[in-house]
Amino acid sequence: MTALESSTKVQLGGRRGGPDASTVRQDRWWIQPVVTVAILTAFVIYSTWAAFQNKNYFVGANMGRDLISPFYSPCLGGSCVPGAKFAFTWNAWTLSPALLILIFPLGFRLTCYYYRRSYYRAFWWSPPSCAVADAHGSYAGETRFPLLMQNAHRYFFYAGLIFNGLLTYDAVLAFHQPGIGWGVTVGTIVLVVDATLLWLYSLSCHACRHLCGGQVKSFKAHPWRYKFWKFVTPLNAKHMNFAWASLVFVACTDIYVRLVASGAITDYRLF
Amino acid sequence: MAQVTMRVWRGDASGGDFETFTIEQNDGEVVLDVIHRIQATEAPDLACRWNCKAGKCGSCSAEINGKPRLMCMTRLDTLPAGPVTVTPMKTFPIIRDLVTDVSFNYVQAAKVPAFMPPPMPEGGYRMFQEDVARGQEFRKCIECFMCQDVCHVIRDHEDNKTHYAGPRFFIRYAELEMHPLDQNDRRDLIREDMGLGYCNITKCCTEVCPEHIKITDNAIIPLKERIVDAHYDPVAWLGRKIRRKPKTSAADAAVQPAP
Repeated sequence: MTALESSTKVQLGGRRGGPDASTVRQDRWWIQPVVTVAILTAFVIYSTWAAFQNKNYFVGANMGRDLISPFYSPCLGGSCVPGAKFAFTWNAWTLSPALLILIFPLGFRLTCYYYRRSYYRAFWWSPPSCAVADAHGSYAGETRFPLLMQNAHRYFFYAGLIFNGLLTYDAVLAFHQPGIGWGVTVGTIVLVVDATLLWLYSLSCHACRHLCGGQVKSFKAHPWRYKFWKFVTPLNAKHMNFAWASLVFVACTDIYVRLVASGAITDYRLF
Repeated sequence: MAQVTMRVWRGDASGGDFETFTIEQNDGEVVLDVIHRIQATEAPDLACRWNCKAGKCGSCSAEINGKPRLMCMTRLDTLPAGPVTVTPMKTFPIIRDLVTDVSFNYVQAAKVPAFMPPPMPEGGYRMFQEDVARGQEFRKCIECFMCQDVCHVIRDHEDNKTHYAGPRFFIRYAELEMHPLDQNDRRDLIREDMGLGYCNITKCCTEVCPEHIKITDNAIIPLKERIVDAHYDPVAWLGRKIRRKPKTSAADAAVQPAP
């Protein structure tokens, strides 16, 4: 072997030090994966149930409100209730309209860099925590199908922006109470907070940061992209917070609309 | 005088075990102080690597209570009560006691294609502060190799060492890729030969970095996104075709030397 070859060739093997144990950590490293599993599992169960309900997702003129659940907006299916229907609908689709659209927000979160960190740790145990042994005998990471599809994240990001725009429109409509006029109800605030958190989650996304300006070699040569990049970079540092807050709040929004639509509670008018 | 119980890994390539020492501890001391006291009083043959004792040389990396940390920067009064466990970095072959053979990292360092600026213009190269600041974070790296140690891709899968550079070198690649004067395109090399796709963003490298470099957010993910630009984004592909922008192959990038 030449000197050049030996300097660029990795020597495998060699006994490692330390005990032959999965970890030496004695702190409660397992708390974070347990909490992640609990929250994500609860969300998946609830959102699946809500998506198949196909009722109580819209509070319409008969109740003097215009509130729609984010799980059902835009309402594109043929079974959409009057008032909730989007500008165009696919009448042949008779199943729950939520099933038509949830793939986009679901795909955005599934391929999100933050959620990847969370579920690889919590569900896949690859690894469950830092310096705790990986639960798998072999590992190819994201180099093969299906995990190669994580690279589609930016397309789900683009779709997410469209959804954010539509949910923002829903929040604006929530200021209008049919037959009463314009005003603010608890439902209005819920929809506004939901749309705001979703915008913050999207704008803090790593793909957004890259597309805004991270991909350029020289900031000096692209001053506007540098400004965008500087705007989203502090948001990006809070991406984890926005990811959890928006996830929980989107479920809370659906619960609120569902309760109002079913008559269980009244949407209180503030002014 | 307060006492501390230290469980220190002793051994070499033929095997080893923990050895327990109960030893004097003074206010404000760090783990390395106590390791040195053990060497001075009870085990003069205890091997550990150290140099600056100020968190800047990156020599005294070890695993303290199971987590990669610098021994010189870990104060004993910040650790939970009870015995303190000190083991060598697990990812690298043991030489003796707390000293490991980190030559894997030097092999990976040798593979990094050199910085390649354009020919010097009249008046010299110019670079602006916003571009300087971007790469400055990566230059804080002290090469303690704790990010390499904690990365499960090679920590738990020895076979990946042949085709995975590791977080320390991804920040080096990111620094070069983001340098406005550099003309090498290393994206194919990073994807095909350096194994960026093996990283699954668990952020352990960022958690253990003593220089608080945002390895995952500022280096690895931007590199992954650049690879998406090059390979998985048809819009970006179309843009390259329209602008007739060339993209250097992995083989080209690997051999282009510094001028």
